[in-house]
Amino acid sequence: MKVAIASQGNRLESNIDSSFGRCAWFIIYDTENGAMEFIPNANKDLEEHAGKAAVDLVLSRNVSMIISGEFGIKIKPLLDSMHIQMVVIKDSIKTIGQIIEMLDNKKKKNATT
Amino acid sequence: MNNNKKNMCARVKRPRKILNPPSIKGFKPYGIDSGVKASDSVNLLFEEYEALRLIDYDCLNHHQASVMMNVSRPTFTRIYAAALQKIAVAFVEARQISIEGGKIYFDSDWHQCNSCESYFSHPHKHIPIKECPLCGSEDISDFDLPVEESEIYINEDQCICPQCEFEQTHQSGKPCKEEVCPKCGHFMKRKGSPGRRGRKMQET
Repeated sequence: MKVAIASQGNRLESNIDSSFGRCAWFIIYDTENGAMEFIPNANKDLEEHAGKAAVDLVLSRNVSMIISGEFGIKIKPLLDSMHIQMVVIKDSIKTIGQIIEMLDNKKKKNATT
Repeated sequence: MNNNKKNMCARVKRPRKILNPPSIKGFKPYGIDSGVKASDSVNLLFEEYEALRLIDYDCLNHHQASVMMNVSRPTFTRIYAAALQKIAVAFVEARQISIEGGKIYFDSDWHQCNSCESYFSHPHKHIPIKECPLCGSEDISDFDLPVEESEIYINEDQCICPQCEFEQTHQSGKPCKEEVCPKCGHFMKRKGSPGRRGRKMQET
């Protein structure tokens, strides 16, 4: 399963971004093989429809879950209709590394049970 | 009796559940007479659009549709009747239809993980949720939107004055080009639209 994470920077120590459409970087993480891809968000300074462009960009990588600090009001129904799972983490003090660790722990836990 | 009536307030409107907003913002008539009576557009609410979609597009009955929208059956029938009435008015009087507003919330099941304190949606409704998608904890609870947050009036459009760049919130049903800037008296335009150069040149 591929997961997209909205990030403020392109390192594992970067914090999660509080908005999805206008975040600085997207991290595409493959939970199956641990592959990671960092994509700069070229659309973050668009006057409008930044969220829509971000969804298109992320969906071109076939993700099934998106993690962000918040999702905009236009993005929620869009992702709902595409059956993409949204995860909102309110406190943006969590780093990308911590989130990936959490996903790995969950996978390990599921493998043992 | 009179005094009593004053203290009563109207029954609270139940927020209507909407699956998806329409992909367009409205309809415009065309033809020779299309602009004659187009004084103001008909405002079709999101809930009325949804009612019409459930009944005439998805071919449900009123009871099924009322369950989908989380309102009572009689309320649903009133919403549907209002939708038909508005569309008929627009057709007969050659008016524009704008689809916006209404007391609605969008249909997504949100849940909360009590262990990592994250919120998550659950898009595949046929599969029961067992664990948090992030940390795998089974300590999850339903997360209901408070009513205040559900009162969404989507109208984010802004009117802008091309002369002095004064901005104000767009009023639904009132064309921006008929709006006059309170600062410099120039005609406004919708923010983000290319505007009408012909009109601008006529005045200057």
